[in-house]
Amino acid sequence: METKDTKNAYVRQVAEQKYEYGFTTDVHTDIIEKGLNEDVVRLISSKKGEPDWMLEFRLQAFRHWQTMKEPKWGHVHVPDIDYQAISYYADPLAKKNENKEIDPELMKTFDKLGIPLEERLALSGVAVDAIMDSVSVKTTFSQHLAEKGIIFCSIGDAIKNHPDLVREYLGSVVPYRDNFFAALNSAVFSDGSFVYIPKGVRCPMELSSYFRINARNTGQFERTLIIADDDAYVSYLEGCTAPMRDENQLHAAIVEIIVKDNAEVKYSTVQNWYPGDENGKGGVLNLVTKRGDLRGVNSKLSWTQVETGSAITWKYPSCVLRGDGSQAEFYSVAVTNNYQEADTGTKMIHMGKNTKSTIISKGISAGHSQNSYRGLVRATSNADNARNYSSCDSLLLGSDCGAHTFPYMDIHNDTAIVEHEATTSKISEDQLFYCNQRGIPTEQAVGLIVNGYAKDVLNKLPMEFAVEAQKLLSVSLEGTVG
Amino acid sequence: MTSEQQYIDLYRECREQICAHSTDVLNAVRDEAFNSFERLGFPSRKVERYKYTTIDKLFEPNYGLNINRLEVPVDPYKAFRCDVPNLSTSLYFIVNDQFRQSLQPKENLPEGIEVTSLAEYAKAHPEFVAQHYARLAKSDEDGITALNTMLAQDGLLVHVKRNVVVDKTVQVINILRSDVAMMVNRRVLIVMEEGANAKFLFCDHAADDQQFLTTQVIEAYVGANASLDLYCMEETHYKNTRISNVYVEQQRDSRFNHNVITLHNGVTRNRLDVQLKGEGAECWCNGCVIADKTQHVDNNTLIDHQVSHCTSHELYKYVLNDKATGAFAGRVLVRHGAQHTVSEEVNQNLCATKTARMYTQPMLEIYADDVKCSHGSTVGQLNDAALFYMRQRGISEKEAKLLLEFAFINEVIDKIQLEPLRDRLHYLVEKRFRGELSKCEGCKLCK
Repeated sequence: METKDTKNAYVRQVAEQKYEYGFTTDVHTDIIEKGLNEDVVRLISSKKGEPDWMLEFRLQAFRHWQTMKEPKWGHVHVPDIDYQAISYYADPLAKKNENKEIDPELMKTFDKLGIPLEERLALSGVAVDAIMDSVSVKTTFSQHLAEKGIIFCSIGDAIKNHPDLVREYLGSVVPYRDNFFAALNSAVFSDGSFVYIPKGVRCPMELSSYFRINARNTGQFERTLIIADDDAYVSYLEGCTAPMRDENQLHAAIVEIIVKDNAEVKYSTVQNWYPGDENGKGGVLNLVTKRGDLRGVNSKLSWTQVETGSAITWKYPSCVLRGDGSQAEFYSVAVTNNYQEADTGTKMIHMGKNTKSTIISKGISAGHSQNSYRGLVRATSNADNARNYSSCDSLLLGSDCGAHTFPYMDIHNDTAIVEHEATTSKISEDQLFYCNQRGIPTEQAVGLIVNGYAKDVLNKLPMEFAVEAQKLLSVSLEGTVG
Repeated sequence: MTSEQQYIDLYRECREQICAHSTDVLNAVRDEAFNSFERLGFPSRKVERYKYTTIDKLFEPNYGLNINRLEVPVDPYKAFRCDVPNLSTSLYFIVNDQFRQSLQPKENLPEGIEVTSLAEYAKAHPEFVAQHYARLAKSDEDGITALNTMLAQDGLLVHVKRNVVVDKTVQVINILRSDVAMMVNRRVLIVMEEGANAKFLFCDHAADDQQFLTTQVIEAYVGANASLDLYCMEETHYKNTRISNVYVEQQRDSRFNHNVITLHNGVTRNRLDVQLKGEGAECWCNGCVIADKTQHVDNNTLIDHQVSHCTSHELYKYVLNDKATGAFAGRVLVRHGAQHTVSEEVNQNLCATKTARMYTQPMLEIYADDVKCSHGSTVGQLNDAALFYMRQRGISEKEAKLLLEFAFINEVIDKIQLEPLRDRLHYLVEKRFRGELSKCEGCKLCK
C-alpha cells in the first residue's frame, strides 16, 4: 500500500511541474484600447484594410451579438467575462512597415515552440501559418503550394487577394447567428488560416497553423476557412499555446470546412493552451465553434483532437453530412487535470443518403477536474441508411474528479442505425498489478495504460503530432496516481 | 392567456373549496406549492428534463376538475373486470383520483399493511402522513409536481409496517371516468418500513372516450432491507394525457424494482427519480413502450447514487410505428464519495416507419473514481438476415416482423418477477402487436 506521504510527494511533483510553453515574448505589440463597440469593429476592419462587404458582415454580427446572451448549458463554470475589459486587436508586427524583416524575437519565440519559420529548418512536408495574437506572422511554403493552385495564406490576405472565394464561403457553415461566441468571433475576428485546394489536387504536404496568445488582456479570435474542391485532399494540423498568466484569457475561434464531391479533409488539433495553475487560477477560456459541411457526394471529413490545455474547453467540432455517401469521423482524447473543465464532443447531422459517421471519444480526468462528453447524432427523415457508431469512454484518476457523458440521439428515419456505448471506470487494479508484478512502477504503468487507452485516437494523428500528443498525455497526467 | 394562468386563477378562486374537500396535512403544503407553480409555470422545452415534451400545450384545453369531490356514478366491480387473471391479487380501485374502499375482505392481506385513501389516513394519522407527504416530491423543482401538490385532494396511501411480507400482489386500477374532458390530479404515498416486502401493480385505464389529463405524483419510501416492486401499466387511449412523477428514496440494503409498460396512450411523460441513500441499495428500472399512430411516450429517469456500494440497472425498449414519437433520457448521477457504484443503463429502440421519431439521451455524471458505469443506446431496425431466414422457412413477412418485434420487447417483460403478470403481458403485447388490443379484455365499459 502506498502511504499518504508518497501520495503527497506525487502531488508536490505535479505542483512543481511547469507549463512548458508559459513564457512571454518581449516584443513591441500594437494593442488597441480595451472595450467593444461598433467603432472597435470598424477599427479592426480598417487596420486590416478590409473591403466594405467585410465590414458590413462584422457589423451585422456585432449587432446580433448584442442581442444574445452567453450560453449557460455547458457542464463548465465559465467565469463572468467582462467583454469591455478585453482588447480585441493586438499586432506584434506593428513595426513591420519600417523594417521588412520579422522581429527576431518573434522568430525566436516560434523556434522555442518548435515551429521554425524558416523554410530550410522546417520539418519537411509541413507548411505552417504562424499566428501570434491577432496577426499572422508568417506563412511558409505559400509559393511552393501556389504552383499547384493551392491557396494557403492568412484569412486577412485571402480577403484582400481572393475576395470572391471568401465572400462565397465565409459564414456559410457557421453563420454569425449560430451562437453567442460565433457572433462575437464574426464581429471581431482577427487572423486565421485560409486554405483552398482546387479540383483534383492532393495537397503534397501537411498544412498547419500555430496559434499563440502573447499580449496581456487580449483575446484571440481566429477564423479558419478550409475549402476542398471536388476530388481534393488535404490534411490540416492546428496547435496552440499561451503564456502563463493569472487572469483568464479568452479564445473564441471559428473553423469552417467545406468538403465537395469526393474530397477529403483531415483536421487534427493538439490543443495545449495554458490550463491555469494547480489551484485553477488563470488559464485560457477556449470557447470554439468548429463545423464541417460535407456538401459533396462521397466526401469525407475527419476531426481528430487531443485536448490537454485550457482552463475551460467548450468545443464541439461537428459535421453536417449533406452529400449522399459522405463519411465523417471524430476522434478525441480530452485530458483534464487540476481544476480544468472540459465540455467537448461532436455533432453529426445526417442529411444525405447512405451517410456514415464514427465517434470515438476518450476522456481522462484527474485532480479536481470535470470532463464531459456531449454529442448529438441526428438522422433527418431524408437520411436513408444513415449509420453511426459512437463510443465514449471515461477514465477517472483520483476521487475528486468527474467524468460525464451527455449523448443525444434524434432519429427521424426508420432505416438509420445508430449505436452508442459508453463506459466509465478507473484504471483496473488487475492491469496495474500485472505491470507492477513485472517491475514497472505504478506511475509508469499508468502512463502505459493511458496511452494504450488513447491509442485508438492517437493512431489517427499525423506522425509529427502523434509523438507530441503522446508526450503531452504523459506530462499532463504525471503525478495523478497515488 | 397563458395556460398557466387558468390554473393560477382557478386556485385563487377555488382555494377554499379545494381545502374544504381535503385534509389539513394536504392543505398545509398547498400555498407553498402554489407559489412555486406561479414562479415556475409549466416547464418549457428549454428545461433540459422536459426537452422532448411540450407541456404547456397539453394543459391548454378547458378541462373539468372535480373539486367538490362529487361521487362518480360507477361501480367498478360491476363495470370493470380488467384485472390480470391468475394473479390472485388484492384489488383496489381509484376512480379518477378518488379511492374506492375495497369490497374484498380485508383478510386477503396480512396484518400490518394499509391500503387506503390518502385523505382518510391523513385524518387518522396526521403526523405520519405529514412526515412523508410532499417531502420527496419537492414543489420548488418541478412545475408539474407543484401543480399536483396544489390541486391534489386525495389519492392512495400504502403503509407496510416493519418486517411485514405481503405475498399477494396488490393491484390498483386507476379508472378514468367522465362525461366531459377531465383533469385528474392523483397522489400516491407508499411507505415501506424496515424489512417490509410488497408488490404493486398499477393499471391505468380510461373508461370513457373523453379527453383526460392526469398528473400523478408517487412518493415511495423504501426502508432499510425493504423491498418494493412497482409495476405500472398504461392501457388507455389516444385522447389521454398522463404526466407522472415518481420519487423514490431507498435506505440501506433495500430493493426497488420498477417496470413501466406503455401499450396504448396519447401523450405520456414518466419521470422517475430514485435516490439511493443507504449503502447496498439496489434498483432495477425497466420500461417497454409499444407505440403507433401519434402516440408520444417520454421516459425520463434520474438515478442518484448518493452513497457507496449501490447498484442500479436500467433497461428501456421502444418499438415505434406510424407517426409515434419516443423519448428516453436517463441520467445516472454518482456523487462524490459514492465509491464502488455499479450502474448500467441500456436503451434500445426499433423505428419501424420513416415517420416515427426517437430521441434518446443516456447520460452519466460521475464524481467518484472507483465505479463501474456503462450505458448503451441503439436505434435501428429489424435484422434483415433474421427476416430473410424466417421468410425462407415459409413465415409471412408480417408474421416474421411480429415475431422479431415480440422477441425484442420480450427482454423487458422477462425481467418481471411476477410470473402471472409476465404471462399476461406476453399475451397482451402479442395482441398489441397484432393490432387486436384496442380495448381492455373483459371490460364492460368499453364497447
